Amino acid sequence: MELRKISDIVWEIPKQGEMKVPALIYSSERLLKDIRNDLTLTQARNVACLPGIQLMSYVMPDAHQGYGFPIGGVAAFDLDSGIISPGGVGYDINCGVRLLRTDFREQDITAKRKELLAEIFKAVPAGVGKGGVTKLSRGVLRDILVKGAEWAVENGYGTAEDLDRTEERGRMRDAAYDHVSERAMERGAPQLGTLGSGNHFLEFQKVDRIFNAEVARAFGIDAEGQVTVMIHCGSRGLGHQVATDYIEIMENKAGTQGLPDRELVNAPFKSEIGQRYYKSMCAAVNYAFANRQMIAHWVRDVFKRVLGNAKGMSMVYDVCHNVAKVERHTVGGVEKTVCIHRKGATRSFGPGRSEIPAAYRAVGQPVIIPGSMGTASYILVGTKEAEERSFSSTAHGAGRVMSRHAAVRRFRGEQIRDDLARRGIELKSTNWKGVAEEASAAYKDVDEVVRVSHEAGLGRLVARVVPIGVMKG
Amino acid sequence: MRYEILPHTADGKFRAYGETLEEAFVNAALATASLMWDWAKVEPRIEHSIDLRGRDREQLLVKFLGEIVYLLDTERFMLGRVEDLKIEEASVIRDPQGEADVPDHLSEAGSRLRLTARFLGDALSDRSEIHGAVKAVTYNEMKIERCDCAVDGSGSPGAADSGGSAGGEKGGYVVQVVVDM
Repeated sequence: MELRKISDIVWEIPKQGEMKVPALIYSSERLLKDIRNDLTLTQARNVACLPGIQLMSYVMPDAHQGYGFPIGGVAAFDLDSGIISPGGVGYDINCGVRLLRTDFREQDITAKRKELLAEIFKAVPAGVGKGGVTKLSRGVLRDILVKGAEWAVENGYGTAEDLDRTEERGRMRDAAYDHVSERAMERGAPQLGTLGSGNHFLEFQKVDRIFNAEVARAFGIDAEGQVTVMIHCGSRGLGHQVATDYIEIMENKAGTQGLPDRELVNAPFKSEIGQRYYKSMCAAVNYAFANRQMIAHWVRDVFKRVLGNAKGMSMVYDVCHNVAKVERHTVGGVEKTVCIHRKGATRSFGPGRSEIPAAYRAVGQPVIIPGSMGTASYILVGTKEAEERSFSSTAHGAGRVMSRHAAVRRFRGEQIRDDLARRGIELKSTNWKGVAEEASAAYKDVDEVVRVSHEAGLGRLVARVVPIGVMKG
Repeated sequence: MRYEILPHTADGKFRAYGETLEEAFVNAALATASLMWDWAKVEPRIEHSIDLRGRDREQLLVKFLGEIVYLLDTERFMLGRVEDLKIEEASVIRDPQGEADVPDHLSEAGSRLRLTARFLGDALSDRSEIHGAVKAVTYNEMKIERCDCAVDGSGSPGAADSGGSAGGEKGGYVVQVVVDM
């Protein structure tokens, strides 16, 4: 596809044919090579054709081919003339990342890292078909769908301070369970408080580089060698079922004619079906917030048991990177409310936004970018510039470049474990083939992804963390 | 060949073949299972009947394969075999509620096709070897097409003789699916 180069890191698909707006791609020459190999650009162009889209169809630096929308796709829609699409959110609703800081230094945990990992592995259920601690009653599940992480805190998982440091304070207020299907409830009931599988992981890490000491300090990151904990997971079967259900409901209502891709099926945001999906999606978002809240609580418990205390284990932040939200933005000089879809993209609000915790309001929102298994992850900070460049959004991770199938043929899970061990990184998994699928060589270079984010001003570098212990589902 | 797993950047993709649409659907189910476990090793101890409707063949396939994911999550059921799969034109079902107004089931108004089948398999246990998780079935790059592709009879009784005679004029079917993993 023809791309117009705007700068070394910004490219445009000019408006043509059915496109209502142009598409804008934040990428370097190097990352573009991978993006051109799959359907990312075609999908970004398809998104630009949707009713009510505002300004541009955006592609983040870690983008790769998704279903309907690309992963790493961002699009805002007018509330009256625009749509909402399950394909613009993704199947794993509120897949996201939570980062905890600690007062520990690397040397405090070196001798105990194997025990720490083994205990976390016992405390946090993970893997395929692995249920949670309890099967929830329908009443409790409904409560969780409405209250999210707040429910978890009320029930002894963590503290109110955790909620202050969670996007949406861990609870999307528009959530309703009435239109979440029985099947979604059935899938969600046994899975709360589980990590799941695939690319989901839990790591304890150390800070290995600080790029911006002032902002890092505001986030509770004080020094190189400081231990952090990262949790990456989502809404499990419940979220996937909500997506599946509403794709079907929207198809049955609107048909599939004229859609360049069936996964782009959508409904007007203010229509009855659009609202039902939105509220059900919010409920799935809340389920995922509660999920990460419980897992974080268990990790603190393990640190307390193994190391004698969990001092300073407070949250840096919890971000969701598969979501649709109603937000205020300036569009063409006018402030307006839009429905913004971030699919494999992280919100990156700059200083001053009322949605971010008071403690961070002077510096901007923490953006947490998990790397691939065993590689570095990054902490960035949201910017003022991102408001007009990407509806306050940036990348969400490394993004795959190699298929699972190819990765399994090329790598062996046990070999990866041994290689990591030689570099001082412990790895435990329920499934070695899954480890091979997640080999870091199957992913884009996360260093390059965050460099583009930083230079484009979408989210700026604060600190880099590297793993010490990795748990994979 | 019943099916082949194809490369896909992020997820699972396969093509499944059959002399008939039904056989291609059966093989698509086995391909889906193969992304998670070795279906040939699963003992047929438990049975689930499948009965569902779709507005077209694509939706029918998404819902059919979705049953595997649903039964794994809710019943810890591992599929080993599919029997008696039938696809038929259903008379259009009038939804008594008028619209998709019932929260706990999806409106089937306008559904043209009906699929029935029996799933045979076993319950997941600590000894089960699982190597992946299919989380959702998508329409992405989905194809349901006629093809000249011959399906060899390995492991599929009855396929060998139908190849030369009855199936000759019709050719076979190929279905392509991408699943979220």
